[in-house]
Parts: sequence; C-alpha cells; structure tokens
Amino acid sequence: MDMLWHVWDAIASHRDIIIIQTINGIVTGMILALVASGLTLIFGIMDVVNFAHGELFMLGAYVGVVVLATSGSFWLALVLSTLIVGLIGAALQITTLRPLLGRDPLTTILATFGISLVLQNYALWQFGPVPRKIEEPITGQFALFYLQYPWYRLLIAALSAAIIGGLYLFLKYGTYGIWIRATTQDRVMAQAMGIPVPWVHTAVFAIGAGMAAASGVLFGPLVGINHAMGLDWVLKAFIVVVVGGMGNLGGSIAAAILVSLLEAYAVIVISEINLGGQPLSPALAIIVPFIVLIVTLLFRPTGLFVPTPK
Amino acid sequence: MLRTEDLTVRFGGLTALNGVNFEVGRGEIRAIIGPNGAGKSTFFNCLTGVIRPTFGRILFNAENIAGLPPNRISQKGIARSYQITNILPNATTLENVRIAAQSRRHGWALLTHHADFHDILDKAHAVLQSVGLDAKADELAANLSHGEQRNLEIGIALATEPQLLCLDEPTAGMSAGETHDTMALVRRIAENLTILIVEHDMQVVMELASRITVLHYGEILAEGTPAEIQQNPKVLEVYLKT
Amino acid sequence: MSAPQPPVQPLVTVDDIHTFYGKSHILHGVSLVVGKGEVVGLLGRNGVGKSTTLKTIMGLVRPSQGEVRLEGRAVTSLPAHKLARLGIGYVPEDRRIFKLLSVMENLRTGLDRHGVAEARKRELLGKVFEYFPVLAERRGQAGGTLSGGEQQMLAIARAMMLEPKIILLDEPTEGLMPRMVSQIKQIVDVLHREGVAILLVEQNVPLTLEASQRVYIMEKGMVRHHAAASELRVNDAVIQQYLGV
Repeated sequence: MDMLWHVWDAIASHRDIIIIQTINGIVTGMILALVASGLTLIFGIMDVVNFAHGELFMLGAYVGVVVLATSGSFWLALVLSTLIVGLIGAALQITTLRPLLGRDPLTTILATFGISLVLQNYALWQFGPVPRKIEEPITGQFALFYLQYPWYRLLIAALSAAIIGGLYLFLKYGTYGIWIRATTQDRVMAQAMGIPVPWVHTAVFAIGAGMAAASGVLFGPLVGINHAMGLDWVLKAFIVVVVGGMGNLGGSIAAAILVSLLEAYAVIVISEINLGGQPLSPALAIIVPFIVLIVTLLFRPTGLFVPTPK
Repeated sequence: MLRTEDLTVRFGGLTALNGVNFEVGRGEIRAIIGPNGAGKSTFFNCLTGVIRPTFGRILFNAENIAGLPPNRISQKGIARSYQITNILPNATTLENVRIAAQSRRHGWALLTHHADFHDILDKAHAVLQSVGLDAKADELAANLSHGEQRNLEIGIALATEPQLLCLDEPTAGMSAGETHDTMALVRRIAENLTILIVEHDMQVVMELASRITVLHYGEILAEGTPAEIQQNPKVLEVYLKT
Repeated sequence: MSAPQPPVQPLVTVDDIHTFYGKSHILHGVSLVVGKGEVVGLLGRNGVGKSTTLKTIMGLVRPSQGEVRLEGRAVTSLPAHKLARLGIGYVPEDRRIFKLLSVMENLRTGLDRHGVAEARKRELLGKVFEYFPVLAERRGQAGGTLSGGEQQMLAIARAMMLEPKIILLDEPTEGLMPRMVSQIKQIVDVLHREGVAILLVEQNVPLTLEASQRVYIMEKGMVRHHAAASELRVNDAVIQQYLGV
C-alpha cells in the first residue's frame, strides 16, 4: 500500500516530463513506423530482408536536401524525394532482386547488403562527409510546460500517421491493394488468378522505398543528414519488425510506437538513477529497444502482436 | 514381431489414426495402402519415433516403443527409407552406406584411421551389392540417377542392420524400368527381414506383398492376401468412390 | 475398342510432357487433348501425376521436355499469370482461396482485369451469385471462415471470374459430403452448357464418367488409356486395372 503511494507520488511529481516524453516517443515512433512499414511489407510479400532500407532512408534525405536547395520548398522536396527514391527502388528490385527470386534467401540478403554499401559510398562521394541540414517547413514553438516545443515535431507525427493511414486504405480498398494482399498470402495462387506477381513485387519494393525516403525527409530537420544516418535507423527498424511480427503491418506500427515510448520513458527513469554519486547518462536508453527484442524472442518469437502459433 | 494396440494419433481436432490394431509377423512383406489422408505416413511416423502417439502402444519384440525418440528406435532395429530422398549428396555412395553401418558399432577408437575398420567397409560393400550399387561405390551420390538414389536410400536403411524395414513409397517418381529393378531389389533383401511398404503403385503392391493392410480415415478397413483384397467389395468401393 | 477421335477444335494440347520435381521424374511423356467446350476426365490413383499435369498446363511447373499448346499456340514457357489472362482457370486440389481476403475480394482477384467493362463485371458477379447463393450471403466474410464445401464453390467461382476458355479442376469433390458432390456435378454441367471446357481430375469414377465426354487414365506418370466416357463402365476391367486394387 505504501509502495503504491510512492509510485503514484513519483509519477505525479514527474507529470510534466512524462507527458513531454510521451509526445516525443510518439513522434519518434511514427517515423520509425513509417520506415518499418516499408520493411515489413517487403518481407511479407517476397521474403526479402532488405538491408538497404536504411540507405533508402538516407538517400531520401539527401534528395530532399537537393530539391530543397534548388526549389526552396520543403513540400516539393518531400513529394519528389518519395517519387524519385521509389523509382530507384523499383529499378534496384528489377535489376538485382528479380533474378534472385526463388534462390536461397541468403543471396537476397547479400544483394541488399551490397546495395546498402554502394549507396552509402555513393552518398559519401557525392555529398561529402560534412552533414547537411534541411530546414523545417514550419518554425515556431508552443509552450509545453517548461519547454518550448517545436510545432514541427507534431507535424511529423501527423504526416507520418497520414501516410500510413493512406497505405492502409490503399491496401484495404484499392484494386492493386487487393493484388498486394493476395500475393502476400499466396503467391502461386495469385499468379494463377492472372495477377502479374513480378510487377506486384516491384511495386511493393518501390512503395517501401518511397516510404523510407519520406521518413528521411521528414526526419531531416531533427538531425544532421550524413551518409551513415541509415545505420541507426535500419537497426531499430529491424527490431521493430521482429517485435511486431515479420510481415505484420499493424504489428510493426504498434511495435514502433511501443519501443519508442519505452525508450522515451527509460530516459526519465535513467536520469533519476545515481550511480556512485554520478547521474547516469540518458543516452543509455538506447539499450531499451534491444531489451524489448530479447524479451520478444524469448517469449513470443513470432512477434508480440501475432497470435501464438499452435 | 510388431504389434500395435489401439494406436491413436490426434492433431488437435483431427484424428489421423483411430485405434489401430496392427500386427505383422517376422519375415513378412506387408504392404500398407489407402487413399490420400488415410494415415499411412502418420502410421510410419509413429513406428519410427517421429511422432508420439496420443494413445496406444507399439510393441516391438514385446517391448513398448511408443514415444521413444528416433535414434533409440533405430538402435532397437527399425529402419526407414523416406519418400523424399535423404541421402548425403556430397559423399560417395560407399561413404553414405558406411556412415550408416558405423552407427551399429559403438566405440571411442578416435585414433584408428577409417580405412582400417575392415569389418565396416566389408559390410558397406555387401549392402551396396545387395542394392545393386557396388559398381558405383566411389561415385558422388549427387551424380546417381533418381532410381539409383532411391535404392541407395534403401541401402542406407539396410546398413543399420534392422529387423524391420519401413519403405515409404520407394518407387515414387520412377519409370517402369526403375520400378522393376526396385521390386527385384526388395525381393532380394526380403529374405532375412520383415518389410513394411507404403505404396500407390498397385502392381508393385500386388506382386511383392505377402499380405496387405488397407487404411482408410485412420482405421484398418481390410487386411488379407493380395487376391483377397482385390476382391474385397469395401476396398473396391473406397478406391472407386462409388 | 479403338481410341476415340481427337476433337475437331483442340483448345489445349499437351504434347509429350516430361516434368521433374527436383530429381523425381514425375511425368514420363504425357500427351492429351481437350477440345473447345469439352469436358475431359483425367483418372488415376494417387501419385500418378494428375495434379502435376494440371500444374504444368497452368505454367506453375516447367516441363523439362515437351510442349503445351493453347489454341494451337505454344505456351509452355509462359508464366502462370499470362496463361490465366489467356483463358486458363485453375482450381487446385486444396482450393487455396485467399483466407484473409473476403469472399468478394477473392472474386475480385479474378474480376479486376484490364479491358472489362463495369457492366460486364456486374453481370459476371450476378451470374456467380445466382449459381452460388451461399457466396452472395457470405460476401463480406473472410475466406478462411467458410466451410470446406463453400471454399470449394468460392474456388470455382473465382476461376469463373476470369471468363476462362478452360477450367482445370483438381479433385473438386475430395473431402466433400455426398450432397455437395452432386452440387459439384451440377456446376460442371452448368459450365459445360456455358461452353467452358473442363479438364477434370478426379478419383470419383462414377462422377467423372457421368460428367465427361472423354476420359484419360494415367498410371505412373503416363497416359495408359483413352476412351469415350460412354464406352466405360465402373466395373470395366480397364477401370479396375488402373483404379482398383
């Protein structure tokens, strides 16, 4: 009883920062969801583990930089980057992944890993090692407790939600959405129904790439854009995809938000801990996603949001 | 030599085998036939320890082996060839059989060179002769024809010196000529063995089997000599789906 | 009794097909013909290669030798989705409806083709719901929630959405109650009246003899017998030999 009171007291006294971290967690979670959706969609339909996904994210951000520099419009950068990287993704799938269909899955992993290396080094060669910056389309902040919270962060969450929502509607109600869902469930039978499965695969890869690129542009203003930015994100995205259940779209979105929230809350908890008189660095919260991954693999390896197979 | 008592296997709501009381005597060649889904593979899987039965006993030489793991069952003297060929493609024909023959010897002779185990080599060669592959002893198993690979599969099972040999669709995918050769092979090795054979090729079944057991929906529908089974009206009905 | 005359207007010709699954030589030179609007039966025990023959025609399995022709044109190397568009419908042995898609969405996978007017699509749907009122009732339900018989009807209806010239039917009555078996027979008759050719693989001999004009019998990967259905009876020596015990 006494214990509960202490816990309640702790939560109440930290109310402000808890709310702030909840918002931060959701914002990061939505971007992660956007990246992870593409990844899980690609795996679900063609059993390809796309190791180049983080680089498509990075490429999207760079294309955004270039378009922004020439046109001055953030929104144009967002749209064009999505389209251009989507097309690049389609081209990559046709040239390197289609010929590998039906082979040992290891070959596609190596192929996408190779693509990621090529893209990273291309970016380094093209843009140099100095990080670039994308300006936020809307500046301005509002007062959130003791913080000045940027509007832009809320905008990111809203846009990501809108894109994911659009994807869901497309899959559920669009003609091609039905083709994609049918191919994901039974590739062979989809072919027998006249669905051009090789093109469906290309389209899904392009959609995944486009979504990664959009995340890159949206996230751009929050960090510096450099050739290695894909690495952090692809790792987290993979964790989210596994935790949510590989191929399970709803699961990855839920997992993305869950993992980001947990990490955000962990920052609060960690900053409270003093070890030998020194406060722990909140950057330690970075281990949270990995802990979630380990727990998932130990107890529900097919995914937290997937019904346990009998 | 082998008897099952009330052998039952259920997978969730599906009853694959329902109270099967099966018996085969030493030296018989018994064929097990039945339409798709009758429970033939499930039956073999129980006998060889791949599946644990839900209920019932399997008595092999009066000992209940139900639920034992496959390696223990192999040591007790039951061997099986598989429907999907299970040989080691990167080893030679001789090596495939030798490895199986070695499983019968127990020992920690780590320092003796493998070529010095004469008795095992002799055994392996003898097995290869009985399956007609002695001429291809040093050929890589992957280079054998499909029919030869299936016969090698039987040879590997033989090398474990079984008392009971379970053959799972041994002539699947074979041409008429290869089927004929395999039938001759089975007749040759049948002398000192008890053989259970699951088959869809009725010619093979009728010519090889001394008795036939017909499974249907997990139960024994009929048992008898080939002549009896061919005239059994219940069996004909099942096969002709009247 | 000599083999019956080949059909005047061959629709699908299978010419000396050899097909392997890995190392297994499943089809050892299969040849058969289905004429326009004909119902042709393909009988044989388990494991003789009937399903593999259908899969080879559908382009789901590549033969190592031999040719498949559709209306005289060689289509052996075409992928399955092109063959579906050219007019071959496939109803596999395990039905394989899209379990997570609704009944309507399952039908739409065949209905949503280029060059089909909306009016025609409505007409097709109307027809199929007339023949299968159960599907109309359950149109919003997920495919996986249907019973076995209903899934079989959905699988056939789905193939009909392609407006095919020929439907490859693989053991449609397997696992169905006798009442449903006669329903399947009725559907085959209806399709025949509509001018759709059918290659019917079955283990149910009486049904096949009733529904087909001609019958092929396979054994061990080859066609061993070919006769007009009217000349065969269930207790014929030939039937007993290849299908009995």
